[in-house]
Amino acid sequence: MIDNTNKKRISYRDALHDGLREALQQDPRVFLLGEDVGRYGGTYAVSKNLLDEFGPERIRDTPLSELAFVGMGIGAALGGMRPIVEVMTVNFSLLALDQIINTAAIYHHMSGGQFSVPLVIRMSTGAGRQVAAQHSNSFEGWFAHIPGIKILAPATIDDARHMLAAALADPDPVLLFEHAALYNMEGELPADGSVDIKSAKVRRAGTDVALITYGGSLPKALQAAEALAQENISAEVLDLRVLRPLDTGAIVASVRKCHRAVVIDEGWRSGSLSAEVMARIMEQAFFDLDAPVARVCAEEVPIPYARHLEEAALPQPEKIITAVKALLGESA
Amino acid sequence: MIAPPPSGPVPYARDFARQLLTDMLRIRRMEEKSAELYGAGKIRGFLHLYIGEEAVAVGALHALQAEDNLVTTYREHAHALVRGMPMDVIMAEMYGKREGCSLGRGGSMHLFDKRTRLFGGNAIVAGGLPVAAGLALADKMQKTDRITACFFGDGAVAEGAFHETMNLAALWQLPVLFCCENNRYAMGTALERSESQTDLCAKAASYKMPTIKTDGMDVVAVHEATREAQAQVRSGAGPLFIEYQTYRFRAHSMFDAELYRSKAEVEEWKTRGPIHTFSARLKQEGKLSEEEFLALDAEVNAEVAAAVTFAEAGTWEPLEHMLADVYTPAGGQL
Repeated sequence: MIDNTNKKRISYRDALHDGLREALQQDPRVFLLGEDVGRYGGTYAVSKNLLDEFGPERIRDTPLSELAFVGMGIGAALGGMRPIVEVMTVNFSLLALDQIINTAAIYHHMSGGQFSVPLVIRMSTGAGRQVAAQHSNSFEGWFAHIPGIKILAPATIDDARHMLAAALADPDPVLLFEHAALYNMEGELPADGSVDIKSAKVRRAGTDVALITYGGSLPKALQAAEALAQENISAEVLDLRVLRPLDTGAIVASVRKCHRAVVIDEGWRSGSLSAEVMARIMEQAFFDLDAPVARVCAEEVPIPYARHLEEAALPQPEKIITAVKALLGESA
Repeated sequence: MIAPPPSGPVPYARDFARQLLTDMLRIRRMEEKSAELYGAGKIRGFLHLYIGEEAVAVGALHALQAEDNLVTTYREHAHALVRGMPMDVIMAEMYGKREGCSLGRGGSMHLFDKRTRLFGGNAIVAGGLPVAAGLALADKMQKTDRITACFFGDGAVAEGAFHETMNLAALWQLPVLFCCENNRYAMGTALERSESQTDLCAKAASYKMPTIKTDGMDVVAVHEATREAQAQVRSGAGPLFIEYQTYRFRAHSMFDAELYRSKAEVEEWKTRGPIHTFSARLKQEGKLSEEEFLALDAEVNAEVAAAVTFAEAGTWEPLEHMLADVYTPAGGQL
């Protein structure tokens, strides 16, 4: 039984806030910089009130200059600080790609191991809020393509609260993707704890099919698993959590156990993270499969504004249920 | 018409004046040899020579403190050498050998040296500017009296990274010395063919940043201007933009047929060459004889020869190491 005495109910947003505040309290080298992180309190209110507590030296509002302030995060990290850069959304991170890929990711290797870049970049990601195509991208899978950086996707309260500390303890650049649709999610948080940034985690155990997912699609997969359980289909839900380096062992373990898998990813399917997960299953668990691996991804369109179109373009519990039943040879 | 060759008195004691001359010669001879080695297939990839611009690196870097940070570009052999990276190590890196500063992983364009706080040759134009501003931010927050010198070419002023960084560095009064080596061409595109405003200092001034424009072919002018500039930045007055007006005598890289400029133009600029004009001034002042110059040149050539021998004798990083250092090994660098 779960002991509730040591738990409190908290939102994903507040869990992120508490993690950030703790990091600032514990290490004077840590500071936050980004657009509207200070007086505005953070676009998603993650840094609310931190300016009052830590002052403008450590909670730095920047102009709309993603390329420069991400690059400055790299420089500050090289210079002995532990910067946390907030890029308002993944959509704007495209303006900073050069610094992330051509500088942060290569620094340690190309300097012959002389320099490390202990930089954390946080950004929101994902669709589902009717903000249309330019504000609805999911590029974390793209970033997971790049050697030299680590990619995190907290999808639970516990990860939202503790992943930042693990990211700051890492000597290399870590990108942390907060799904915009999760900020208002509430859940239980153990009184104290920590998390690793190495492993995928089984969020629901099952035996008939493995639902492999991360980020904003995790609650949808859990919802689908709950509905499938009503029909006596036992779905395991694996939360990837860390998109680079991928925990291939956990993926293979779930597939070996369930013999069927559906990969759920809000990114588009072509050339995607979901494709990478499927490829690893084929390479390492092919003979454990009873059916081809299936996918539920975003439809290959710029994400539309109109609600009915946006919902139809994204992974939804119903689509996951349909995919599972197709795998099991049942009609939806 | 270009300005007349640098002339006038050299306001330095004999030893320092010779140090400046020696360093310019070291760059020149090392790079002449590099070009030869490129032709022989010993050095591959891109090779961008600094020949003609030696006064800038030498005059400027001798004005900095040993503890200062340096961020530079893909045309950076000179900066690394003057900053104190042994010529052997530079040559080995150009060969791709394990004895190079970056174990042969970066080559000519990517010289890194933690010991001298050289944070790399960055081969993305203007890519080093934000990093330099971040280093300066770290120093400001940690209250050191270090400054960061950031070298880049005239081509960089067209990039967004330049403007974003100018603004932030000025807004936050960061201790950065922006060192613009204006050699008049961004690869093959002349400044006046790519910029509506060709006065580069005016661009920096629009961010309320103080500026200095100086003759980059005159090591004395460069050194004096940079001394003044670094003192101002170190005093906490915020960033400063210094423009060195210079000229590269060689092609942009080894793949450049130089269709964009005339031989006459290059020859005209060579009359302002930083080495022969400076040595002429020293001779005129009795600080250097022809014999001494020849002896100096012989010493430098011996250093170059030794560097080539070192690089030739170098080893290759074992293939088993290929994936090492993509991430920092556990327990490292914290």
